[in-house]
Amino acid sequence: MSRHPYDFDYLDYLESEAIHILREVAGQFERPALLFSGGKDSITLVHLALKAFRPGKFPFPLVHIDTGHNFPEVLQFRDALIDRIGERLIVRKVEDTIKQKNLEPPKGKLASRNFLQAYTLLDTIEEFEFDACIGGARRDEEKARAKERIFSVRNEFGEWDPRLQRPELWNIYNGKIHKGENVRVFPISNWTELDVWHYILRENIALPAIYYAHTRKCLVYEGQLVAVSPHIQIEPDDVIVEKTVRFRTVGDMNCTAAIESQARTTEEIIQEILQSKISERGATRIDDKFSEAAMEDRKKAGYF
Amino acid sequence: MDLLRFTTSGSVDDGKSTLIGRLLYDSESIFIDQLQALQRASKHRGSEQLDLALITDGLRAEREQGITIDVAYKYFSTAKRKFIIADTPGHIQYTRNMVTGASTANLAIILVDARQGVVEQTLRHTIIATMLQIPHLVLCINKMDLVQYSEDRFYEIVHAYQEAIKKLQVKDVYYIPISALHGDNVVYKSDRMPWYTGKPLLTYLEEVPIALDINQDIARFPVQYVIRPQEDAYHDYRGYAGKIISGAFHEGQAVSVWPSGWQSTIDRIEYAQQAIASARAPQSVVILLKDDLDISRGDMITPADQPPTLTQDVVATICWMDSTPLKTGDKLLLQHGPAVVRCVVKHIAYKININSLSQEDAGGSLQLNDVARVHIRTAKPIAIDPYAVNRANGSAILINETSFNTVGACLIEEA
Ligand SMILES: Nc1nc2c(ncn2[C@@H]2O[C@H](COP(=O)(O)OP(=O)(O)O)[C@@H](O)[C@H]2O)c(=O)[nH]1
Repeated sequence: MSRHPYDFDYLDYLESEAIHILREVAGQFERPALLFSGGKDSITLVHLALKAFRPGKFPFPLVHIDTGHNFPEVLQFRDALIDRIGERLIVRKVEDTIKQKNLEPPKGKLASRNFLQAYTLLDTIEEFEFDACIGGARRDEEKARAKERIFSVRNEFGEWDPRLQRPELWNIYNGKIHKGENVRVFPISNWTELDVWHYILRENIALPAIYYAHTRKCLVYEGQLVAVSPHIQIEPDDVIVEKTVRFRTVGDMNCTAAIESQARTTEEIIQEILQSKISERGATRIDDKFSEAAMEDRKKAGYF
Repeated sequence: MDLLRFTTSGSVDDGKSTLIGRLLYDSESIFIDQLQALQRASKHRGSEQLDLALITDGLRAEREQGITIDVAYKYFSTAKRKFIIADTPGHIQYTRNMVTGASTANLAIILVDARQGVVEQTLRHTIIATMLQIPHLVLCINKMDLVQYSEDRFYEIVHAYQEAIKKLQVKDVYYIPISALHGDNVVYKSDRMPWYTGKPLLTYLEEVPIALDINQDIARFPVQYVIRPQEDAYHDYRGYAGKIISGAFHEGQAVSVWPSGWQSTIDRIEYAQQAIASARAPQSVVILLKDDLDISRGDMITPADQPPTLTQDVVATICWMDSTPLKTGDKLLLQHGPAVVRCVVKHIAYKININSLSQEDAGGSLQLNDVARVHIRTAKPIAIDPYAVNRANGSAILINETSFNTVGACLIEEA
């Protein structure tokens, strides 16, 4: 097959589409925000925003909804990134929501605060009157998301109402809303897990160290490896192991499972993901069972 | 490696879900844990064989429950291309979804059951694909296993289809006999149909040339956003940020700005803050002009010698997508790229029967899923090309002024 001189690389296509979407947000909304989790998808969004708006400033702040259970590496990374790009960061803490609203803090061994993030996010949207929130969700993450719009209208309660969902045609995005409604915008909707990694490789984008293989003490919990941290309760008969692991998402320390891996570079991660696909027709490798794509980023579940 | 977007359509039970599952499975695009889930689900349904249709069961479950059926997007890639599938259900009432899925597609796969041959839906899907100017069509004649892989049956269907589409302006059709269930001619060439000398479906999807699906001759640059840094170092910087939707621009080129008609010259084109000599659709760039003009979001930059049509009177084919009918005299918003203008529907000339393309009297109003030829008057001039010439600059959406819902798809015919 001969290449046409006008053939356009798929990563260039995805990048251009995402930049176009980010600029539509800038053009259509008065108070947009970029939801920043410190994960690879939101770091990719920041990289795309630099391409979309430099030499100007971002027309939106970065907003981090902080559960208080972050990996320290991720917070350090976040602060260094903000220093480097000189953009505004807003942090709102789930901790404060729990206090203000007199909510029952979650208890139990792993005590996840994920589901509480949604409250903090809605409060933050109200506080700053955000009319659009840019997020890093992708359609390949789960079946239910496969029909999510790029511009997804939410009612006053942050809910996804099927009647508010608009047909999305060509590359025309309708962001008109009433007061109180807001739009979640997903510029990398059409990217897969692998596309993001290939882009990170090509663009040489730095990520928090927890994405790459490192040795760490982990609790073995229901067959999963959970990082040992002050946020989980360790009991006498718990099994603690030291393993070479990496994380696929940067959710809370207490509910993000580590996977055993030797992948210390982006190339090696891509190789690992490729190997988790069926390698030959019909021949599956059960022992190697994991998939990047099937894994939902819990942080985002709280957000979106 | 480039990117191809395609839609799939067919009547219920023609095998669309099985075909998508087969494509993903045989192209090794399924992860091991997905496969295990699939094995469990297939067993659960009492099937020893893998039920590949379950891969797309998000949509299927909805269909069974009778709730919102919509466009679902799926992704896979091979060494040659990344693919985006817009999967739309095939019922008659879902013209709206099909139009939505088709709007961004390079290619449409239309499925036919080899036992049934060409049916009304086959033609409807062809008509919609043609109306939306999808550059490539593939007619997959499925379930060949149920007609003994018969060459005669295949050609009988191909000829019936060719006869039926004579009146339509269908550009490029490729015919493939397949069995989605058994995998014949989907990813691998079938030994059971040695008489078929063409490509299996995936090979065709990987090889069909798509670079010219975008109009590469007429350059159009709608301005989305103006970059004006507040720092002293960039005191005079005024960068027009946008995406080149068709054609190419270069440094030093004489350009016009619409709707004002002002003339200027391209001083610089920037991508990621680097100056580049030229740029081509579909790149997102920043354009800087030699003259200090008052250009804002919604304006369009074009080569001075390739002006668009600047008009307030538009004749368009529209697909009505709202449950509230459209009536002559209704006022709406028209969004054309970043430009939004008020408009009024002056006249509904006729409805188009999408099973036969025949023209019918609209009686002054349109219902959900109706397709019609209408005359629209806009409050301000818009810079357009006919959809047939330049898909990217001939498309627009209609928005309800109070609900703000997207209520119509608009294909501009002429001005
Ligand atoms: N014999 C045979 N059956 C098929 C083939 N493709 C699909 N089917 C069967 O046709 C039925 C409908 O298929 P499905 O993929 O669900 O159709 P959809 O409604 O178009 O998504 C299922 O029972 C499939 O197993 C084929 O190539 N040969």
